[in-house]
This record gives sequence, structure tokens and C-alpha cells, in this order.
Amino acid sequence: MSNLKHFTNGLIKENPTFVLVLGACPTLAVTTASINGLGMGAATTFVLVFSNVLIALFKNFIPDKVRIAAFIVVIATFVTIVDLVMKAFTPDLYKTLGIFIPLIVVNCIILGRAEAFAQKNKVLPALLDGLGMGLGFTLAITLLASVRELLGNGSVFDIKLVSENAKTMLLFILPPGAFITYGYMIAIVNRLKAKYNL
Amino acid sequence: MEFISIIIMALLVNNVVLAQFLGICPFLGVSNKVETAAGMGAAVVFVMSLANLVTFLVNAYILIPLHIEFMQTISFIFVIASLVQVVEIILKKTAPSLYQALGIYLPLITTNCAVLGIAILAVQKDYNLITSVVYAAATAVGFTLAMVLMAGIREHMEMVGYPKGMKGFPMSLLIAGLLSLAFMGFTGMVK
Repeated sequence: MSNLKHFTNGLIKENPTFVLVLGACPTLAVTTASINGLGMGAATTFVLVFSNVLIALFKNFIPDKVRIAAFIVVIATFVTIVDLVMKAFTPDLYKTLGIFIPLIVVNCIILGRAEAFAQKNKVLPALLDGLGMGLGFTLAITLLASVRELLGNGSVFDIKLVSENAKTMLLFILPPGAFITYGYMIAIVNRLKAKYNL
Repeated sequence: MEFISIIIMALLVNNVVLAQFLGICPFLGVSNKVETAAGMGAAVVFVMSLANLVTFLVNAYILIPLHIEFMQTISFIFVIASLVQVVEIILKKTAPSLYQALGIYLPLITTNCAVLGIAILAVQKDYNLITSVVYAAATAVGFTLAMVLMAGIREHMEMVGYPKGMKGFPMSLLIAGLLSLAFMGFTGMVK
């Protein structure tokens, strides 16, 4: 497989959010506004890329029996970095994402890629795989967040798209809206994938 | 009174799955049958209460005295992962029948973000040791409640016809959405 393929794999064919349905907790929890989705996606992508690279570098030194524990320590280290950086530079976003920043540790996309890809491949493919998966995740949750923000608040990225007095469906930024929107979006993606043979 | 309000809050109003979105993976993954859902729930009640007990002690007697609170994420996930292993070994030796019932669910719990999430939340809320464990147990019972309800509905859905494109995750998510809507009715029960 060429390097480009490693990159595009995570974008559409094996999109972690819509096709593999991994990391559902942050996907549902933080997608109340487009900007939150983008922030969460960026944080996850950072952790995913660096943990993939580091694990690909050290794969020969990690004993097979304790590999999961080793992966978790690597991932938790990068999550702590993200946590401290976001606390310092984007305090508002840090407050809205709240507990879901430390919980990137248990996001199954990251451990899944470490186990399924990074530990078996060289550094460059691992980097591209992490980047592709991370971008796929970011795009998907930003899209989901934009749909919810549009239906629930009439805006996308805080830009009002409907008149001030228009009634919006508040339900979509409340918890039930997360489940319902995500469910329908998976159904739509499945339909499109079947139609265009992606 | 304080305990009662914490229990109702964690069980119904702020249900861990349906309102806080923690532990979605097992919620969608192992809710095919009521029996497995209840087994998973029992294992989570056990591990979550124990995890909050241990992480409280780690936080109060190691992290805070040494001023290394930034190590919270790393130390907590490590404690939880090893705790699950230890529980598995002890159960296997001392209570084989319980192990048979819960055994297959135990490894899955390490990746259950609700366990880590509730441990961190209890620290953030500044609970003391007993409150923290009560909070964890109530949350885990809430998780079990949501799992069993979900499994019951899904068992019925197998006998009903619906569009092919909605099979699997989309349908589960819609059911979860309606359950979550129902649980929103509890909002305002506790001040």
C-alpha cells in the first residue's frame, strides 16, 4: 500500500466515527457547537499522531506481554501535554470540553491504531495513518457538531444563519439530540457508501 | 440527606450514559441481551466502586502531598488497569462462580471511559472518601439501569421490521436518544 493510501484510509474508507464507530463518547458529548468539535478533533489528532510515531519508533523495545500498558503510558503522556497546553492557552475551550480532555486516554481510536497499525509499521506510514485517522475524526465530529448547532441554535461556528427571532429546535443541543443526529448520520453515510461503492 | 440527593442525581438525573455520555462503547456493544447487559452492569458496579476508593487514596496520599496533580491522568488509568487485573486474579482464585459470571466482562472494563471519568469527576467535585464511593456505586447502578433498559428494547426490536439502512448502530443510537429524552424528565428532581 502506498503512503498516500495510509493517509486517505482514515478519511473515508475506515472513518473512525462513521464507519468504525470508535470513540463514541467524545463524539456525542462535545458536539454541541462546531468549535467544540474542531477543538476536540485537534486535541485527539495531536495525541494520535505523536503516540503513533513514538510507538512505531520503539516497537522493537516494547516487550509483547506488557505492550498495552506501555501504549497506555505513551498515550497518557501526550494527553497530559495536551491537557496542560489547552489549560494555558485556550481556557474557554478547556472549560467546555472539561473532563473529555483527560478522557482522550481511553478513546479507543488511539489505542486501536497503536495496536492495529503503529506497532507493525515504520515511522512514516504510522505518522500518515495517525494524521489521516485524526483528520477523519476531526472532520466527522465537526460535521456532526455543525448539524447540531445549526438545528439547535440556528448557527454554524457561532455565525447566525437564521433570523434572530426564528425558533430553533433546542432538543438537538441537548443529550437526546446527540444520539439521534449521530444515528441518522451513520445511516446516511452507510447509504452513500453503498451507493458509490467507497 | 446529602447521600440521598447524590444517589438520585447519579442514578437518574445525571445518568452516566444518557446524560453524561460516559461508557458509550459497552452501552452500544454489549446491550444485545438483558442477561449480558446485567452481567456487565454488575461487573461495572464492583470495579467502579473499588476504583474510586483506590484513586481517592492515590490522589489524597500520593499526588497532593507530592504536588504532582498533573500526573492524575497517567496514575489513575494505571491504577484502574492494574486494579482490573488484580480483581480478575483474586476472583478466579477465591470466588470461581462469581468469576464465571463476571469474568468475561472484566477485561472490557479497562476501556470503559466511565470508570476513569467518574474517578476524575469525584476528585473535581471534592468529595470525601465515603461520598466518593457512594457516588461511584450509584453511578454504576445508573449505568446498569440504562444498559438493561436498552437491552430489553433491543430484544424487542429484533422482531420488528425497519429499514435495512437503520440496522445496527443507527437504530441503537435512536433508541438511546429516546431513552435519553425519557430520562430528561427527571431534570429538576433534586436541587
